[in-house]
Amino acid sequence: MKQSNLYIFVYASVMVVVVAAVLALASTSLRPAQQKNIDTEKRLDILKSVGAAAEVASAPSKDLYVSEEYGKTIVDQYAVNVKGEKVDGVDVFRLDLKVELDKPADQRVLPVYVANLSDGSTKYILPIRGRGLWGPIWGYISLNDDFNTIYGATFAHKGETPGLGAEISTPKFQEQFKGKTIFKDGKFVSVTVIKPGSAPLSDHTVDAISGGTITSKGLEAMLFDCLSGYQEFFKNQKN
Amino acid sequence: MSTNTEKEPLFSAKNLRLLTDPLNEKNPVTVLVLGICSALAVTVQLKPAVVMALSVIVVTAFANLIVSMMRNGIPGRIRIIVQLVVVAALVILVDEILKAYVYDVSKQLSVFVGLIITNCIIMGRIEAFALGNKPFPSFLDGIGNGLGYGLILVIVAFFRELLGSGTIWGYRVIPESFYMANGGFYENNGLMILPPMALILVGVIIWVQRSRSRNLIESN
Repeated sequence: MKQSNLYIFVYASVMVVVVAAVLALASTSLRPAQQKNIDTEKRLDILKSVGAAAEVASAPSKDLYVSEEYGKTIVDQYAVNVKGEKVDGVDVFRLDLKVELDKPADQRVLPVYVANLSDGSTKYILPIRGRGLWGPIWGYISLNDDFNTIYGATFAHKGETPGLGAEISTPKFQEQFKGKTIFKDGKFVSVTVIKPGSAPLSDHTVDAISGGTITSKGLEAMLFDCLSGYQEFFKNQKN
Repeated sequence: MSTNTEKEPLFSAKNLRLLTDPLNEKNPVTVLVLGICSALAVTVQLKPAVVMALSVIVVTAFANLIVSMMRNGIPGRIRIIVQLVVVAALVILVDEILKAYVYDVSKQLSVFVGLIITNCIIMGRIEAFALGNKPFPSFLDGIGNGLGYGLILVIVAFFRELLGSGTIWGYRVIPESFYMANGGFYENNGLMILPPMALILVGVIIWVQRSRSRNLIESN
């Protein structure tokens, strides 16, 4: 059976319009549910970096539990510029780190979340974002109020290889960052990754992931790039 | 009544064969050698492999069903494009639904859901089966081939996760105390978590399968 050109044109046009309508409908109707998931995920990541929200797996409603814990733990959030001054009029939670990091370093506005833990201590949570092997990687670093010692870290990724680069999101890898310091003799050095066993671990190094070298290196660059933007803020806070 | 007697039952022996054949004699991965690419990518751990298998089953089944329903109207000259649009639309729908309702799973799969579009099994089954058969048998053929693909994925992922990470479904199977690092004698096989090992394992499965069913061996 051979169809006329007109039939083919009409068929293709109708099909494309129908498919586009179906997909547009699905996308807009599912958008609120997706956005809620993304927000909950972000709150959970922030909480995890200070070791809060530990019972999330057993909570009957994840959304409810996370937003309650978030309200309890995160007492303040604000945005700072490269000089370490607070910037007003910014929706901190919606601040897009990707957009900020694309700007020149001196124009960036970076978010800071302040957490009060149950033991009365105050932690400062800083978001970080960078490139892995296949796509973006991001996470949150929480610092003690000396603005030097890492209290906790959590990392996530878009599409790193399962079992290799994706291991950055496992507790085992993230545990390593606890207690590491980002300043050495007053100079910002961040935390770097080294090949496991190649050198003794210092206060500024952690073991990289075997088979996940590019992701590990990306993580190292991400830590340096993102945390260096806060140096002035750290200085102001310490004084 | 005459139409009723001519109509074959929904799950006739012939239709059931469409479901079971792809599990062994007509397996899309080991016999037709389709879909190898994603079999390498998602089989480092069992969990993503299972979710990937489920997603592929859904997409092959419905892509076959839809294309089969449209088969008499599809213009022959642009049929590949039409099929691609159907498959791509389905994959996007699956991705959006996963993101809205099972966010954790969708994070696990991330880019691989999008890659279902390029899975050769789907286009292969549409071309080979759905274009020439009625909707219901096509639907079954889609499920069957998805299952056959999933079966291989799960077998490969089982061995890669067990020998490569010492876990199954994320749970530790080989005790920590066995490891060299903790004074034991055991070390994970690093090759298992790299892609080449998936090919070697698929090769082993093909070997086992052909030594059991000799009619699969080519004559020359």
